[in-house]
Amino acid sequence: MSLDKPYTDIPGTTIFDADMSRQGYHLNQFCMSLMKAENRARFKANERAYLDEWPMSEEQKQAVLARDLNRCIQLGGNIYFLAKIGATDGKSFQQMAGSMTGMTEEQYRDMMVKGGRSIEGNRTTGEKK
Amino acid sequence: MARISSSVYTSHVPAVGAALDLGKTAEAYWQPVFKGYDFSKQWEKEQKPDVIFLVFNDHATAFSLDFIPTFAIGTAAEFQPADEGWGPRPVPKVVGHPKLAAHIAQSVIQDDFDLTIVNKMDVDHGLTVPLSLMFGQPQAWPCPVIPFAVNVVQYPPPSGRRCFMLGQAIRKAIESYDEPLNVQVWGTGGMSHQLQGPRAGLINKEWDTKFLDRLIDDPDGLSKVPHLEYVREAGSEGIELVMWLIARGAMSDLRGGKKPTVRHRFYHVPASNTAVGHLILENN
Repeated sequence: MSLDKPYTDIPGTTIFDADMSRQGYHLNQFCMSLMKAENRARFKANERAYLDEWPMSEEQKQAVLARDLNRCIQLGGNIYFLAKIGATDGKSFQQMAGSMTGMTEEQYRDMMVKGGRSIEGNRTTGEKK
Repeated sequence: MARISSSVYTSHVPAVGAALDLGKTAEAYWQPVFKGYDFSKQWEKEQKPDVIFLVFNDHATAFSLDFIPTFAIGTAAEFQPADEGWGPRPVPKVVGHPKLAAHIAQSVIQDDFDLTIVNKMDVDHGLTVPLSLMFGQPQAWPCPVIPFAVNVVQYPPPSGRRCFMLGQAIRKAIESYDEPLNVQVWGTGGMSHQLQGPRAGLINKEWDTKFLDRLIDDPDGLSKVPHLEYVREAGSEGIELVMWLIARGAMSDLRGGKKPTVRHRFYHVPASNTAVGHLILENN
């Protein structure tokens, strides 16, 4: 019997469960390696070569190169690990989170100052706004 | 014997630590956040805790995907502030309390909570930001801290119920320790926030307010809230709030004592991507 995953209908949200973690293991461990300054320097010097040292899928590598965090997450990345790429790029957590929403940095910041994204219309996919 | 005098609950937003470390606390954006902790800093000066049992989560810092302990107790003599990729926070090292930590580990494991024992661990913003909020910027933290890390990164984290029951086992463990220590138990993380995907930026003030109300008055009922409600209503990262139930479970009203006194309550949106919540409960 397969496991019940009642969280798959939450819009715009990927729950990092054991299955995602299994798929994203090498991607996330690559991110983790960026906590060391010498690795950050090597990654910045030649991103592709550094990524090729990891047994990640080509799709995962392309998503990292494109800094497409949504795609990284779909491929098993976890935001706390992906944040190490942001740190390497000199981005704040707010810039990273905002980059996944289709909003500009300024729009996202304004939304947060005004109280954040409303829960109304955001509980389940297909819910009326 | 040791006793738990109070419990403290607070968000641990990394940007709050950065604002403090970079001297931005007086900026209009940050002022309201730090103002919410003015009372708390004064209160801590009067309370003079001997030890803080600090429940937090590691954010892919000490624990990569190589090891994912659900509950991990820090039994080391000291813990260094971690480099999370932006350099370590300029805060004092965290001095542990190995003797009490070992006592709690032994007691709680025999009470059926299978803890991971950690003798070497750097601590990230999840632990150091609450210390900064409650104690400001001292040369050394005023007392030893026992770090207690909970997995909330990989789903599923422990249930709210499990956390709540664990808190009760921790209370029992602390109260069976021979030295007359004044211990505070802190629960950190939350409140509503989502850091990933197109729904990033989610805040649910109504749900957060109800969570605070129930944490005070109906912790047993609140502990039965399933994971799904946390992630749906409070965001994928809002599930950190289960950690608050460990601290609440350690309060003495749950073994027949009087209800705790609410000494302080604070809520503010936003700090970066997150709703900041803060509560101080004193045992009676």
